[in-house]
Amino acid sequence: MIVTESLSKRFPRVTALDRLSVDIGPGVTGLVGANGAGKSTLIKILLGLAPATEGSAHVLGLDVTKDGAAIRERVGYMPEHDCLPPDVSATEFVVHMARMSGLPPTAARERTADTLRHVGLYEERYRPMGGYSTGMKQRVKLAQALVHDPQLVFLDEPTNGLDPVGRDEMLGLIRRVHTDFGISVLVTSHLLGELERTCDHVVVIDGGKLLRSSSTDEFTQATASLAVEVTDTDRCPDGTAALRSALVAAGAVVSDAVGTESLASSGHVLYVEASSEETHDLVRDTVAGLGLGLIRMEQRRHRIAEVFRDADAESNAEANTGAGAAVATAAPSFSSSAVSSSAGVPGTPYAPHAPQEGGASDAD
Amino acid sequence: MPTDSSPPVSAAPAPQAPFSATPGGALIHNIGYRHYDGPRLGRSYARRSLFSQSLRGAYGLGRSARTKVLPMLLFAVMCLPAAIMVAVAVFTKASSLPVSYTHYAIYLQAVIGLYLAAQAPQSVSRDLRFKTVPLYFSRPIERGDYVAAKFAAMASALFILTAAPLLVLYTGALLAKLDFLDQTKGLGQGLVSVALLSLLFAGIGLVISALTPRRGFGVAAVIAVLTIPYGAVSAVQGIAAIQGSEAAVGWLGLFSPITLIDGVQATFLGGTTSFPDHLAPSTAAGGVYLLVTLIAIAGFYALLMLRYRKAGL
Repeated sequence: MIVTESLSKRFPRVTALDRLSVDIGPGVTGLVGANGAGKSTLIKILLGLAPATEGSAHVLGLDVTKDGAAIRERVGYMPEHDCLPPDVSATEFVVHMARMSGLPPTAARERTADTLRHVGLYEERYRPMGGYSTGMKQRVKLAQALVHDPQLVFLDEPTNGLDPVGRDEMLGLIRRVHTDFGISVLVTSHLLGELERTCDHVVVIDGGKLLRSSSTDEFTQATASLAVEVTDTDRCPDGTAALRSALVAAGAVVSDAVGTESLASSGHVLYVEASSEETHDLVRDTVAGLGLGLIRMEQRRHRIAEVFRDADAESNAEANTGAGAAVATAAPSFSSSAVSSSAGVPGTPYAPHAPQEGGASDAD
Repeated sequence: MPTDSSPPVSAAPAPQAPFSATPGGALIHNIGYRHYDGPRLGRSYARRSLFSQSLRGAYGLGRSARTKVLPMLLFAVMCLPAAIMVAVAVFTKASSLPVSYTHYAIYLQAVIGLYLAAQAPQSVSRDLRFKTVPLYFSRPIERGDYVAAKFAAMASALFILTAAPLLVLYTGALLAKLDFLDQTKGLGQGLVSVALLSLLFAGIGLVISALTPRRGFGVAAVIAVLTIPYGAVSAVQGIAAIQGSEAAVGWLGLFSPITLIDGVQATFLGGTTSFPDHLAPSTAAGGVYLLVTLIAIAGFYALLMLRYRKAGL
């Protein structure tokens, strides 16, 4: 979908992109970086709107320097900032934008009605957009990016300014853009927890440099563990302890709530290293054998935030050896991201059972 | 995929459960997401769409009722004097119209100025203020297309405003059985002069409005730029005429938009000027007038292109 090769963009004073080479396939891809990491610059170049200082980039197999117009016809773009005139209705606005993408008038109207329905705008769409809530505005912005049925959309900070519920809805919508509509997505964010839920692949950039590019599965599934919570019964007054010893006896690697003392409920949760499907069966059988009630058994994965702890460590190491001020700045910015995704602060020991944001993300 | 002959909207079968029957025998279709594989008409179509949207917007069409009031009112004010003149001419069986075609717009320049001041900021300041411009440039059109569409739309809106009363005059003149050839020639000359005026005014209005995202500033600035030079030029012309330097009167007209058009129409389009004593510039001076007008139009266009040079995302 997107291929860049040692793409650089230098302004007189700053280097926005520094020899960035990524290869992004179909699916939902997250582009993570702190503010000023070069995310917006990259999108501009990929849309063929700003020339790169050096290097090359291809979108959908088209060269950004030569085929900008052809790329923009097949790609959708949702800007980060507000871009809606308040005195026109969503329908009129999106129809106009569809026509600006080259759709004939009738098709523009049909596609507008369809797209607004898909993003969840119904009767409101005939009202002037000045009276919309932030959530509705974000939906219109998404609709105008999808109305011409692009093969790829760039979403710049689509969850900006949304409350947690609106954020979850927007993330679900983004997921559907790929799964139901078959449109690939490049979504930028500085919130890690968000991307881990929606993305197949995550690209991390900072200071215009590529820090990491890998699939979400790759670094979240490597060491999966099962969180198990059971009831106490008369026969086993401390069900958790009973299960723990039974599991250890059966050869499973069990860790308990060390590291999450802060969590009130953590004392009742066991973490079982799930090397294969058989672990699920083992837990089930053991629980049944003890006659305990199984409250929950869910899969926990490594969280993306840990990548940042790695990056953190690396950058500290690099900074210590005096390599590159740009990378050194990564440390504070990423720590703040990690905090906001509530996945523990850097420096805490490995804690796969970090507090949950939405709860749904890790339950498979 | 750009062009193919399949129907505009594909009716590809939905992936799951296309429909379910209700007891009444009616079908509820769950059509899911449908891909579009109809034609994509590309840049020139997008440019035309932007042109027609801007032109309609200049008269409040496709926008709220409130925005229609002013342009429609000014349009009526523009045509009303023409209708009255025609009525008078028909009833009094006059041998000519009370005002020449080329002169009509000059008489009603204040109305044209008001219209421009109201609509030029509407056309470009809004896009800047609500940051809609990036949405345009993330689509196939480029800044040249945007500027061309906006310029053409503003000039066309002004042309409609200024040409409509001329048509009223022409129709009335024919009803009053005035000489057909004379009137047709007059109309032609009038249309050329208002076309020049529309282009010049559109350039002025758009360049000023594109400098500010604030609509109010745009309105005030356009009015100022149209009226202050006119006032100054008229005053200085008056003084020059009293002092008897008639050549100076001719040259002074170069310095305000409306007198510029006045000079051109007086020299080349058979009209008389509204300068003191109806002094007309000499033919040579008239050539300069025409040249300055054309350069000004091209210059405003170039300025507008320059303005959007950095307008990316």
